[in-house]
Amino acid sequence: MQTLAFFVLTVLAVGSAAVVVGPWVKNQVLCALALAFNLVSLAGFFFLLDAQFIAFLQVIVYAGAIMVLILFVLMLLNVQDERRLAAARPFQRWLGPAAAVAFALIVVAAVRSGGGALRYPQPSAGYGTVRALGLELFTRFFYPFEAISLLLVVAMIGAVLLAKRRL
Amino acid sequence: MSDLTFDLIGSATKILVVVNGLMATVAGMTWVERRLSGVMQFRWGPNRVGWFGLLQPIADGIKFAWKEDVTPAEAYKPLHTLAPALAMIPALCAFAVVPFGPPIELFGRAIDLVIVDLDGGILFALAASSLGVYGIVCAGWSSRSKYALIGGLRSSAQMVSYELALALSLIGVLLVSGTLRPTEIVERQAGWFWNWNVFGGWQLLGFLIFVVAGYAETNRLPFDMPEAESELVAGYHTEYSSMKFSMFFMAEYVNMITASGLAVTLFLGGYQLGVPLPLDGWPLALLQVGAFAAKVGLFLVLFVWVRWTLPRFRYDQLMNLGWKRLFPLALANLMLTAGLVAFDVIG
Repeated sequence: MQTLAFFVLTVLAVGSAAVVVGPWVKNQVLCALALAFNLVSLAGFFFLLDAQFIAFLQVIVYAGAIMVLILFVLMLLNVQDERRLAAARPFQRWLGPAAAVAFALIVVAAVRSGGGALRYPQPSAGYGTVRALGLELFTRFFYPFEAISLLLVVAMIGAVLLAKRRL
Repeated sequence: MSDLTFDLIGSATKILVVVNGLMATVAGMTWVERRLSGVMQFRWGPNRVGWFGLLQPIADGIKFAWKEDVTPAEAYKPLHTLAPALAMIPALCAFAVVPFGPPIELFGRAIDLVIVDLDGGILFALAASSLGVYGIVCAGWSSRSKYALIGGLRSSAQMVSYELALALSLIGVLLVSGTLRPTEIVERQAGWFWNWNVFGGWQLLGFLIFVVAGYAETNRLPFDMPEAESELVAGYHTEYSSMKFSMFFMAEYVNMITASGLAVTLFLGGYQLGVPLPLDGWPLALLQVGAFAAKVGLFLVLFVWVRWTLPRFRYDQLMNLGWKRLFPLALANLMLTAGLVAFDVIG
């Protein structure tokens, strides 16, 4: 059952990712939707790994909020007219595929070094739940957690300052 | 019968019952909405088809099915066709975590009367409802019509803004309950009605914020800016007709039912009767399912009541209310609840 779900999710995730970056779909809004779909299918992977909380956050934050804002911008700007401006330079056209091949090589090397099968550490029961994650965050990772919240506050103040300057 | 087969059959049955129940409620609500608005405006409402006009929803369904399905020539067809489904699916998904009855015994096995009993069920409902905006945005954009586009943009801004207040108002309940699992939240509100979170958990403010934000999330009056007919014809679904239009219509009603179900589960004791009765087993279970249905029904009537009572907000008023009133209030409620829980007053 889990294996079946894994393969279905893989097809969905890889397919939607291909739509986002591939040359087949020219419509940016459709690409953005495919990216949102990709994010939701990644949440499915988190679910399979028993990391429920991360899965929900993935959907709420990325698919539910950030992608909506990106869509918002795409629709308002009507990017169709501006596509010609951003024609890729020749070296950029090769950079993407080259990076993809390099990444694929790294993945293959990593899998091979594991003796053909990756060994995961066995997680304790219920490690992906909100309770377990919260306990970890507020005990073992307390200082990193607070540092990140400070960083977010700084970013928020910066955003308000930048936006207010022009009002 | 093995456990897996039993679970599969059980889940399939529950899904079938719940989806059909939701659809039947939607049909009923279209009738209730028009009859009640008729009462409020001193007119009759639909009263010709069947007894008290009760067959009107069926007549409407037939009418929708027979209408011509018009797609504007300029529309972006794939998305224009997909958008109604994108609106409908998250609305239906979110209801999956709402427990509509207590665990019952059937064929010697315990069955939870909820489609999935997730540890992070409340988060699942939030995640599903945050995806609901895609249907509306896609409809607005793919129609290639100014009214529809403005409606879609308004709705995305509105839903992203009010999601914050909605989620923050929930956290008070989560603090009091100490869990995100809907069934446990309901379990903790057993006994007398003063154990319900809205009273016993001191969550009256959170409840009010949830209800107001819920109205904005479901795009209902007084927050139905996305379709504001006096400004935008019909907003995001201006260019839709026939069954595609009716799917948007159904999605709105399913969203209402889900929001009501969540409000009842979180704040009003879910399926709990509110009065301890000397009953157990099947009679109690049936009564509790009935109590859940009655509470959700009351909420749906409240939706209708508010719609035909309050005028529509202006768009800037809506944003002001969301960001400058509800959001700070929800934060204050959160801090207050956290303090009360920390000092063991509640929870």
